[in-house]
Amino acid sequence: MALLDVVDLTVEFPTRRGVLRALDRVSFSIDAGEILGVVGESGAGKSLTGAAIVGLLERPGRVAGGQILFEGKRIDTLSAEPLRRIRGRRIGMIFQDPLTTLNPLYTIGRQLTETMQTHMRLSDSEARTKAIGWLDRVGIPAAAQRIDAYPHEFSGGQRQRVVIALALCADPVLVIADEPTTALDVSIQAQIITLLKDLTRDHGTAVMLITHDMGVIAETADRVAVMYAGRIAEIGPVAAVIRHPAHPYSDGLMASIPSLEHRVDRLRQIDGAMPRLDAIPNGCRFNPRCPRVFDRCTTEQPELLDAGATRAACWLHAHD
Amino acid sequence: MFGFIGSRLLQAIPVLLVVGFIAFALFDYVGDPVSILAGQDATAAQRLALSHDLGLDQPFFVQYGRFLWAALHGNFGNSYRVAQPVANLLAERLPATLELAITASVLAFAIGVPMGVYTGIHRDSFLSRLMMAGSLIGVSLPTFLLGILLILAFSVGLGWLPSFGRGPVVHVGSWWTTGFTSWAGIRSLILPAITLGMFQMTLIMRLVRAEMLEVLRTDYIKFARARGLTDRSINFGHALKNTLVPVITIIGLQFGGIVAFSLVTETVFQWPGMGLLLVQSVAVADIPVMSAYLLLIALVFVMINLIVDLLYYAVDPRLRARR
Ligand SMILES: Nc1ncnc2c1ncn2[C@@H]1O[C@H](COP(=O)(O)OP(=O)(O)O)[C@@H](O)[C@H]1O
Ligand SMILES: [Mg+2]
Repeated sequence: MALLDVVDLTVEFPTRRGVLRALDRVSFSIDAGEILGVVGESGAGKSLTGAAIVGLLERPGRVAGGQILFEGKRIDTLSAEPLRRIRGRRIGMIFQDPLTTLNPLYTIGRQLTETMQTHMRLSDSEARTKAIGWLDRVGIPAAAQRIDAYPHEFSGGQRQRVVIALALCADPVLVIADEPTTALDVSIQAQIITLLKDLTRDHGTAVMLITHDMGVIAETADRVAVMYAGRIAEIGPVAAVIRHPAHPYSDGLMASIPSLEHRVDRLRQIDGAMPRLDAIPNGCRFNPRCPRVFDRCTTEQPELLDAGATRAACWLHAHD
Repeated sequence: MFGFIGSRLLQAIPVLLVVGFIAFALFDYVGDPVSILAGQDATAAQRLALSHDLGLDQPFFVQYGRFLWAALHGNFGNSYRVAQPVANLLAERLPATLELAITASVLAFAIGVPMGVYTGIHRDSFLSRLMMAGSLIGVSLPTFLLGILLILAFSVGLGWLPSFGRGPVVHVGSWWTTGFTSWAGIRSLILPAITLGMFQMTLIMRLVRAEMLEVLRTDYIKFARARGLTDRSINFGHALKNTLVPVITIIGLQFGGIVAFSLVTETVFQWPGMGLLLVQSVAVADIPVMSAYLLLIALVFVMINLIVDLLYYAVDPRLRARR
């Protein structure tokens, strides 16, 4: 049984001009200890997926359909209090911009101890000792002294290390990392990814690694889900999706990875832009940009179909 | 830290000098003290003598210097109206005004902040809408009208609370007086304090609400939620603390305003404070009282600004680092 099983997750935003469907029947799963990469252009619905899992959709957004099973139990129907107990304790989250995710008015030690003491029975001194241990583990030098410092006294990279400590300090079994390096200096991005990878491997923590950097996915993830306009376009083992992408959109994305070996037979960069939520085309959402579009694509919406080692929502792989 | 206080006090000096100048200039531009004091049928010689006694025949800057020097020593001359030292008059009235202003502010803070937090968190609830609608009335109702309405309801109509005066007071120390020692004194304070504090309370509520809405959208609050912290800790700890800096500023400035403009409330309730004294003094152009009042209010504002700065310092570690 998978650790996390998302089935047909649909998220809607009621607006004055009708209901916007931002996620449309998104399905995927994550096994214990596994790293699932989630890629896609900005606005594809990656963050929304993460927020929906932990029940932190912003109003008026709501889960309009589907199920979220975590450790075998539905969590999308839980009320606020049991859901709160899962957040931080079972499922941790890491956000994008470390300059804004730490409360400026509290010391990092206080933020760490409060998080741990919310979820675990710890005396103040035990919590403090553990907090120093975590700062040490995420690579903050002189942790015992730095624990009483405020966020503004740390560099951006160090703050993201603190954020990682905060996300992991209550020993969650799953971490949702939403673009954890996008806001960081290029020179420290690799360090942070390595840190995250090492720590979660040591603790057997599963990771949902959201990013628009295919290079990061290639080096870190076990499997990858490619999202496009609120749907999953393709999902499968990283190596397979990179070497033999089954969806033309994944194909275009892979072509944009500079670090991977050159592929002459691949398509050029994809032209055009992702459709807005109020202008989703009929049939396959990618069809206006697709270089291999044909009749069926403009009328019928494809579900995920088996396509060799991966599954892709593309009529090219229909066998009927 | 002490350097910081010192530099703030130094910055206050020019402000006080300018206000002092205006306070001094009042003597020249508002009425003629000699004719007020000497009366209509004084002879020219009598006027000259009086003018000399008051130092009015000296050069302007000498007069200004003397005025400041005397003011520094708490000497503001004698009131034209009651022929007593102004300092004594003010000292007599100051406790009444401060007690009223502080009570009004504490009420406004103690009620306004929780209401602001509540309306910020439960944006769309019925109770929030009710409070927001009510606060509009609080902001727009003129103070004197509110006072009169309260008197009509609770003094005239229901007969629960006194409509004027400060009730019995007790002397504490050499010059302070308080009405807090007796139930009658406290009852007398209720209506004036509500009247004076209402505007501030609604202002604080709306400000805290606006700041809460702002802060609740920030990434660090989202991250706090994602870590499973309790609503209580998020709303009243993480979020409220981050709204405090602007709230402290407004409360501080408003407190200055409350002291300065308590005259309306004091007039409506015949509250024996400085505001009432000022109103009585303006009516007869009692310049020494007016000028001393002006200086005192300036001093109150300067001190409040200093306290506000110190509170920032206590709340926000980023400011501590910068100094
Ligand atoms: N509060 C909201 N109201 C309406 N639409 C929203 C809201 N929040 C997000 N969306 C829409 O949901 C889509 C997915 O957003 P998001 O998950 O943040 O994308 P990303 O893949 O870049 O993380 C976007 O098209 C965005 O416009
Ligand atoms: Mg995003």
